[in-house]
Amino acid sequence: MHIKYESFVREPLVDGNKTYHQVSEDIIRPIEGKPGRMWYVGFFFSIILLCFGIFSVSWSVYWGLGTWGVNRTVGWGWDITNFVWWIGIGHAGTLISAILLLFRQGWRTGVNRAAEAMTIFAVMCAGQFPIWHMGRVWDGFWVLPLPNSRGPLWPNFDSPLLWDVFAISTYFTVSLLFWYSGLVPDFSLIRDRAKTKLRKMLYGFASFGWTGTAKNWQRMEALALVLAGLSTPLVLSVHTIVSFDFATSVIPGWHTTIFPPYFVAGAVFSGFAMVNTLLVITRKILHLEEYITIGHLEAMNKIIVLTGSIVGVAYLTELFISWYSQNWGEMAAFQWRIMGPYWWSYWAMMTCNVVSPQLFWVKKLRRNIPFTFVMSIVVNIGMWFERFVIIVTSTYRDWVPGSWSYYSPTWPEVGFYLGTFGLFFTLYFLFAKYFPVIAVAEIKFVLKTSGDNYKRDMERIEVQSAEEFQHELDAHHDEDHHEEAAHH
Amino acid sequence: MAIKKFAVAAYDDEAVLFPAVKKVRKSGYKIHDVYTPFAVHGLDVALGHKDTDLHIAGFIYGLCGTSTAVGFISWIYTSDWPIVYGGKPHFALPAWIPITFELTVLFAAVGMVLSFCYLNQIMPGVKKHVFHPRQSDDLFVMAIEINSHMSESEVIAFLKSTGAVETNVQMAEEGWWYGRWDKEEEYEKLNSSVA
Repeated sequence: MHIKYESFVREPLVDGNKTYHQVSEDIIRPIEGKPGRMWYVGFFFSIILLCFGIFSVSWSVYWGLGTWGVNRTVGWGWDITNFVWWIGIGHAGTLISAILLLFRQGWRTGVNRAAEAMTIFAVMCAGQFPIWHMGRVWDGFWVLPLPNSRGPLWPNFDSPLLWDVFAISTYFTVSLLFWYSGLVPDFSLIRDRAKTKLRKMLYGFASFGWTGTAKNWQRMEALALVLAGLSTPLVLSVHTIVSFDFATSVIPGWHTTIFPPYFVAGAVFSGFAMVNTLLVITRKILHLEEYITIGHLEAMNKIIVLTGSIVGVAYLTELFISWYSQNWGEMAAFQWRIMGPYWWSYWAMMTCNVVSPQLFWVKKLRRNIPFTFVMSIVVNIGMWFERFVIIVTSTYRDWVPGSWSYYSPTWPEVGFYLGTFGLFFTLYFLFAKYFPVIAVAEIKFVLKTSGDNYKRDMERIEVQSAEEFQHELDAHHDEDHHEEAAHH
Repeated sequence: MAIKKFAVAAYDDEAVLFPAVKKVRKSGYKIHDVYTPFAVHGLDVALGHKDTDLHIAGFIYGLCGTSTAVGFISWIYTSDWPIVYGGKPHFALPAWIPITFELTVLFAAVGMVLSFCYLNQIMPGVKKHVFHPRQSDDLFVMAIEINSHMSESEVIAFLKSTGAVETNVQMAEEGWWYGRWDKEEEYEKLNSSVA
């Protein structure tokens, strides 16, 4: 048996006096009861937003993309801005579920389920934009390499836009599989506890007949580890490929090699902000403060200050390189970014992304919940502006001064964006009501090493000298050894 | 697929479960399976299970993805419909790396999850016997098949001596079948007479 001991330096991941059963109770109870008034109000507003989004998109498809503000100079407007923004948000979920698993960060257990759900919903929102941006959306299947009567004519496999199709669809599929495989045991818990027939039937179906044998769990752990190992380069590749959409072009402001790491850092930055936005509310409404502790929020705020700083360095590097290159196109692009008609978007980006997260160096602020919440929204506003700055302020003044333009969105574009919020929150509200928001089995796994009440019992080990501790371990080991020998 | 009789013991602590597994195995009883609410590390070793080969399967699926991508794209660009895009050669391997990588990951992940479901015999609509409703909550449940040479009461007494908090004898279907979880199965009615 392994040592059930963790240092006092780490704060408990689960507060309060918890037993295995209490963990099930706390996390599953909201699913079994009626949702509160807040839930209905929130769900209702999300549906309204979603309907408005569907209306806006239908309008755009019916009348054509001429209803949008995009023009010959700024071909990508709010739609691609929103696409990159949503896909970036998704990245935090995979970072928590995969990269932190590989790094054996115990605190991920409290937040991974909700963060992964966020990933899946965010990718669904992101996917809407390139699809409806096609205009003639009924020809959308042309991006797929299907045998066809057009030659056969295949898509361009050398194009970053097609790489994106593969990256996003793979990312969505793998995230969904990873998420659902972890949900299966938790569904079996709801099934076994179910008092009503309907719940028993539905969760029985969703649990795939999971019973949790030793072999089941052994394979589950192998699967989770390999999926984490696959998802880690996958998540890095997704935003790298998104950045290739820009970086492989020859537009000043886009044509830079710094884009892949800069986009990935920005994605993680905005994603963790969104996780904080969601979890601050979720933990309050579902009374999960003992599972999603201030320590969890602080850990994420630390990642926000790190990635925010990386993004800041990237912004400054871009400016330096544009000057260092002495390329007039590059220099003009960045000069106009900072001081041109879109100066407000550049400075909004700089303030929200580079300056404000630096406040998280202060521990008091990292552990302050209202401050964390406000900051999480500020960061996401900033990251939206980053994408807007990259897309619009690199294109509104192109090579021919006669076609310089100023882009503003029209109502269907804004409606489309609001509609994706509707989609995202509709799905999130359904998730919060019908799915275990925290991975129950994983919390139980760390409970006896990281639970508050169990940690308190470790004081005895804490005061032991190293020799004593080792001696006891050896004694334990010998005992096992003798039994084995006797057996033979 | 057969309905058999099982002696069932429930433990409430991993620390009790491990020595119990050891004792039961030493005494010669054959453990049908142990059901736990979460992954208990080392339990597979204690039960004498071999390590899973799932990750090797994943590697092979990944290779299939790699070769599918490279094979398919190079076939299209060199023989099916060669087009010069932006002055690139027909065999532009560096430009295919992203798609090749994505398909490698996709094949590995999908293949592994399907193998995982197949090996564990789980699928939507599959039903299995649950020995204890709390085996997914807070109990570690061990089931031992009872054959005609064994004395029921002896097994139960032995299981009690290993620290089980609950013991009983159940009739159970040992395999899986298609069914609805809200429906009671025919064989489960036998259990009321056993208990």
